[in-house]
Amino acid sequence: MKLQSETKISVSGRVLTAAPSGELDYHQAERIRTQIDSAFEKSSCRHILINMSNVSFMDSSGIGMIIGRYKKAETRGGRLVVSNMSDVTSRLFEISGLSKIVTRVDSAKTAMDMLGGTT
Amino acid sequence: MNKIKLEMNASPENVSMARVVVAAYIAPLDPSVEELMEIKTAVSEAVTNAIIHGYGENSVETVAMEISAEERVVTINITDRGVGIENIESAREPLFTTKPEMERSGLGFTVMEEFMTKVEIESHPGEGTTVTLVKELGER
Ligand SMILES: Nc1ncnc2c1ncn2[C@@H]1O[C@H](COP(=O)(O)OP(=O)(O)OP(=O)(O)O)[C@@H](O)[C@H]1O
Ligand SMILES: [Mg+2]
Repeated sequence: MKLQSETKISVSGRVLTAAPSGELDYHQAERIRTQIDSAFEKSSCRHILINMSNVSFMDSSGIGMIIGRYKKAETRGGRLVVSNMSDVTSRLFEISGLSKIVTRVDSAKTAMDMLGGTT
Repeated sequence: MNKIKLEMNASPENVSMARVVVAAYIAPLDPSVEELMEIKTAVSEAVTNAIIHGYGENSVETVAMEISAEERVVTINITDRGVGIENIESAREPLFTTKPEMERSGLGFTVMEEFMTKVEIESHPGEGTTVTLVKELGER
């Protein structure tokens, strides 16, 4: 079991991609938020893509983290897209109403095509 | 009835500890993957609330979790001796939060209610809060 999660962050064009891994709870959401924000501020990206393929658990702390990054992207006139959600994370996405404001796609490639970066 | 009690510091890394303990406790009852995820998520919400709201993230404080089961009904109590809740009814409302600046979105109780059979809140301002989560597991 992995207690410390790692977040892979990459920049392509105007899209910052963050791929957190492990459990997106209170503890990990704080770390991930800091990592994404500092990378975003250093970059000239407008959009944020959160790739959820390696996330095994999420609670409302993860939802709060995603809404916060949505607002970050908005400050630069960009969008936030979430890709590769599992069944587990999808349900929370529905309950929270996040599905109404955040664009969700199946793969990171679809997201990049949509946001105009390259995979 | 086998009952266990866990007392932990109110620190962020203990939220995953609480999830691991509850998962281990219910494993012999052979819950479905979905039930397991629902219970872990509800526990995660209640313990996080105790740390953030109850104790204002003061990690020297203690959060207690008690788990018991009667047949296929699992009961989990999560208790803090923190600030307590002024208005329980509004706290339960979706999107109600007293900490929006911390990127909280007021979804914790909504998630607990969605995932559990029953959620009870007992709270007294200045004394603390106990959240009781009840889950009736389906037959296997
Ligand atoms: N243990 C507690 N002690 C004191 N107040 C609490 C406690 N648990 C919840 N509350 C109060 O109830 C409100 C609603 O809780 P809820 O979990 O639904 O949302 P949140 O924690 O604010 O946001 P989220 O769970 O989405 O991150 C909190 O904002 C807080 O004011
Ligand atoms: Mg909460």
